[in-house]
Amino acid sequence: MIVFSSSDLIAILPELVIMAAGCLVLLLDPVTSAARKPWLTYLSLGSLIAAFGLAYGLLGQPRQYVFSGLYVIDAYGTFWKLLLIFVTALIVLLAKANLAHEQIELPEFYAFTLLSLAGMMVMVSGSDLLVIYLGIELMSISFYIMVGFKRSERRSMEAAAKYFILGSLSSGVLLYGISLLYGRTGSTTLAAIKAGIALLPAGDPIMLLAMTLLVVGFGFKVAAVPFHMWTPDVYEGAPTSVTAYLAVASKAASFGAFLRVFVDTLGGLKANWQVLLTIICVATMILGNVVAIAQSNIKRMLAYSSIAHAGYALIGLVVANEAGTAGVLLYLALYAFMTLGAFTVVTILRKGGLEGDEINDFSGLAKRNKWAALLMLLFMVSLTGIPPTAGFIAKFYIFMAAVNAQRTWLAVLAVIFAAVSAYFYLRVIMVMYMREPGEGSGTPGYGVRIVTSPAATIVLGIAALGVIVLGLFPNPIVKAAQNAILPLP
Amino acid sequence: MPDVILNVTAIPHLLTLVIFLPVAGVAMMAFFRDDTQIKQVALWTSILEFLLSLALYGWFDTTTASMQFGEIHEWIRTPPIRYAVGIDGISLWLILLTTLLTPICVVASWTAIRIHVREFMIALLLMETTMVGVFCALDFVLFYVFWETMLIPMYLIIGVWGGPNRIYAAIKFFLFTLAGSFLLLIAIIVVFMQGGHTFDIQALSRVHFDPTVQAWLFWAFFAAFAVKIPMFPLHTWLPDAHVEAPTAGSVILASVLLKMGAYGFLRFSLPLVPQATYRFTPVILTLSVIAIIYGAYMALAQSDLKKLIAYSSVSHMGFVTLGIFVFNTQGVEGAILMMLNHGVTTGGLFLCVGLIYERTHSRMIADNGGLAKPMPRYATCLVIFALSSLGLPGTNSFVSEFLVLVGSFLLSKTIAAVATLGIILAAVYLLWMVQRVAFGVASQASARLADLNWCEMASLLPLLLLVFWIGVFPNPFLTPMHASVAHLFAQMNRAPAIQVPLLSQRAEILP
Repeated sequence: MIVFSSSDLIAILPELVIMAAGCLVLLLDPVTSAARKPWLTYLSLGSLIAAFGLAYGLLGQPRQYVFSGLYVIDAYGTFWKLLLIFVTALIVLLAKANLAHEQIELPEFYAFTLLSLAGMMVMVSGSDLLVIYLGIELMSISFYIMVGFKRSERRSMEAAAKYFILGSLSSGVLLYGISLLYGRTGSTTLAAIKAGIALLPAGDPIMLLAMTLLVVGFGFKVAAVPFHMWTPDVYEGAPTSVTAYLAVASKAASFGAFLRVFVDTLGGLKANWQVLLTIICVATMILGNVVAIAQSNIKRMLAYSSIAHAGYALIGLVVANEAGTAGVLLYLALYAFMTLGAFTVVTILRKGGLEGDEINDFSGLAKRNKWAALLMLLFMVSLTGIPPTAGFIAKFYIFMAAVNAQRTWLAVLAVIFAAVSAYFYLRVIMVMYMREPGEGSGTPGYGVRIVTSPAATIVLGIAALGVIVLGLFPNPIVKAAQNAILPLP
Repeated sequence: MPDVILNVTAIPHLLTLVIFLPVAGVAMMAFFRDDTQIKQVALWTSILEFLLSLALYGWFDTTTASMQFGEIHEWIRTPPIRYAVGIDGISLWLILLTTLLTPICVVASWTAIRIHVREFMIALLLMETTMVGVFCALDFVLFYVFWETMLIPMYLIIGVWGGPNRIYAAIKFFLFTLAGSFLLLIAIIVVFMQGGHTFDIQALSRVHFDPTVQAWLFWAFFAAFAVKIPMFPLHTWLPDAHVEAPTAGSVILASVLLKMGAYGFLRFSLPLVPQATYRFTPVILTLSVIAIIYGAYMALAQSDLKKLIAYSSVSHMGFVTLGIFVFNTQGVEGAILMMLNHGVTTGGLFLCVGLIYERTHSRMIADNGGLAKPMPRYATCLVIFALSSLGLPGTNSFVSEFLVLVGSFLLSKTIAAVATLGIILAAVYLLWMVQRVAFGVASQASARLADLNWCEMASLLPLLLLVFWIGVFPNPFLTPMHASVAHLFAQMNRAPAIQVPLLSQRAEILP
C-alpha cells in the first residue's frame, strides 16, 4: 500500500487547486443562474492566479520526490507549470471573448480548460511513465471535448472525431511502448528505467522498439512529421480559442514530458534516438514550412506554422545538451506569446456570424483598423524570427545550442526554411497592408469587421508586450530557462 | 592602442543619441494628428539628427584607428552580448551620408506620399535608426539586430507606397536579403563558438580561425553582404526594388542600403577571416569586373530611367568591391570614398527621376524628352549628377574611381584595363540618357512643365555641393580614413602565413 504524507499534498498544491476549481465549476454550473455565470469564469481565473502564486513559491526549492517517487517537484517542472498556468489564464480571457461570439459560452468550457491544465501539470512533473500517461490522457480527453465544443458546426465535430480517433491510437502506441519498457526493466518509474538501461547491453532490440513507440506517441502530441496529420484539420475546425490553447499549451506540455523522458531517462539510448529525432526534426521543419505556403485559411496556415515551430524546438531536443534543453524551454515560452497573439487577432476578425479565418479576409486590414494590423504584423515578424522580437531570441538560442553541439548543418537547414517561412508570414502582412479592403475575397469592402472586447484587448496587449519586451530585454526569461534545465547525466 | 575610446565629448551618450533620435521623433508623432505636422516633425527630427551627427565629424580624431565616441553596456548576460557602439574612419562618412539623406528623403516625399503619411514617416525614421545603428555597432549580435530590423520598414516602404508591381518587388527584396542574413546569423554563432566566446568585433579581429572554418565563414558572410551590395549574380532583386520603390525608398536603398554590404566586407570579412578572404579574392575580383561590365551593358538597354540608374548602381558597386579586394591603400580608400560618392550621386539621380515622375507620371525616357527648355534648372542638376556618375574630372566620382583603378592597376593591369571599360560604357549610357531627356525632342505636354521650385532645389543643393567639393578638394574626406584603413591592413596581416602585398604609399596627393 502506498502511503503518502501531508507534505506530499502540499507539494502538489498548485495541481490540487486547479483540479478542485475545475470540479467546482462543473458542480456549480447547473445550480448557477444565467446572470451569475460570469462568476464561474472569474472563479477559474482566480484559481489560476492562486495556482501561479503557489507554483512560483516552489521555484527556489531543491528537487524533491513525492508520492514514493511517482512525482517530482523540480525547477524544470515548475518552469513549465508557470508557463502553462500563465497561458491558460490568457486562454480563459480569450475564450471569454471568443465563446460569446460563437454563442457557445458554457461554463463547462472553463472546467475542461482547468482539467486539461491539471493534466498538463501532471505531465511535466510525473516521474513515472504511468503518471505521465495519466496526465496526457487527462489533457487529451479534455481537449477532445473542447475541440468539438461548437456542436452546431460540422467542421468542429469532424475535428473532434478525428482528433479523438488518432489521439486514442497514439495513446495506445505510447502505452505499448511503456509496457515494453516495463517488461525490460521491471519498473515504470523514470529513475528505475534509467538504471535499467545502464545494465542492458547496447542496441537491445526491445528497448529500441519501445523507444521508437515513445517517439511516435510524443511526436503525435507535439505535431511532428509524420505524426502531424491531425493538426491542420483539428486546428481549423476547433473554436479558435481552443486552437490557440492546443497550439501553445498542449505543445509546451508535451515537449516538457518529451524532454524529461528522453534527455534524462532514456539518456542511455541517446545515440539511437538522436538519429531518429534528427530525421523527424528535419522532416518537420521542411514539411511544416513548405506546406504552409499553400494554405489559404489562416488557421490552417498557423497549424502548419506550429508544426514548423515544433521542428525548430526539436533541434534543442536533438542536441540534448544543457544549452539545447534551455533552448527548448525558452523557445516554447516565447513562441507562446506570438502564437497566442496571432490567434487572438483571428478571433476578433468577424464575418457575419462567423470568424474571418481566410487569409483574404485580412485584405486591407491596415485601412480599417491599424492597431489590429500592426499587432498582426508584429506577431508575423516574430514568428519569422526577425529582431527585435521574441521570435528572434527564441531562434537565436536554439541555433546557438545546435552550433555548440557541432550540428551547424542542422542550424543552416533551419535558417533556410526559416527564410522560406518568411514567404507565408509576409503574405499576411502583404494582404493587410498592400491590398484594398475586400480585395480577393469576392465581397468587396464588405463583410469583415473587427469586434474587440476588453478581454481580447488584454490578451493582445500582453502578447504584444511580451513579444517586444522579451525581444529587447530577454535577460529574465533566459535566466529562468537556464535555471530550469534538467540535471543531465 | 585601445579598441574603443569612450565618449568624452560635451554631449553625453552622443552616439546613442544619434542612433535613437529618430525613434524619439517617431514617439513625438503620437502627439500630432495632421499630416503636415507629422511631416514637419519628421523633417525637424532628421535635420536635428544631421546637425548632431556633424558633431561626430567635428570631434573626430583622425590620428587614431580606435573606435571613437564609444559606449559599452551589458545587454544580454548569457551569452555575453553588449550594447557596444563606436565609429572609426570607415563608418564616419557612411553615418553622415545617412543622416544627410534622410531629411532630403523627407522633403522628397513631402508631396509624393499621399496615403498613410504618418506610417511612411515612421518607417523612414526607423530606417534611419537601424542604418546608423549598423554602422555604429561594435557587437556582432547588435549589428545583426540593426541589420535585420531594417528589412521590415524597407519592405513596407516598397510594398505600400511603391509602383504597380510593388508587391512582387517587395517580397523579392525581402526574401533575397533575408536568406542571406539568416546565414550570417549562423556565421555569427560559429564565430562566437570558435573565437573565444565573445561577440566583440574587435576581439574577434584578433582571433586566428582555422582555415577551413574561415572558408565557410567567408561564404556565409558573402551570402549576406553580396546580396546587399548586390554583387553579380545576386543582383536581380535590385532593379525590381528600385523601380517600384517610391523616390525616398530608392534613394535610401541605393545610397545607404547597398553600402551596408560593402561595409560588412570591410568590417567583418577582411579582419575576421583574412586568410579565406585572400584565398577567394580572385572570385570576388572576377565577380566585381563582371558586375562593372554587365551592369553597364544592362544600363545601356534600359528605357526606364530608374532601371537605368539601378543597373548603373550594380556597375558602380562593382568598383567598390573591386577597390576593397585589391588590398592596397588606394583601392580601399577609393572604395570607401566611392561608397560616399555613389550615395551622393545616385541619390541625386533618383531624386531627379522622382521630381520628373511627379510631373509627368512616367519614368520612361521616351516620355520625358527635351526638358532643358521648359525646365532649365532641372536639366542642369540632371546633367551635373550624370556627369558626376560617369566620373568626369572635377566631380566626386572621378576621384574615387581613379583611386580604385590605381589600386587595381597595382594588383593587375588586366583587371584595371577591363574595369576602365566600365567607365567608358558609363559615359555612353549616361550621356545618351542625358541627351534624350534634357536635349531630346520635347513633347507637347512636357513643354508646359514647371521648373524646380526653391524647395526642390534646396533638397538637391547639398548633394550638388558635395559633388564639387569632393571632386575638387577630396583630402578632408580621405584624411579620416587613413588611420582606420592602415589598421585594417594590420589586422589582415596578423596571420603569419599570408602577407598581403601592402603598398605603403597613400593617396594624399591627387593627380
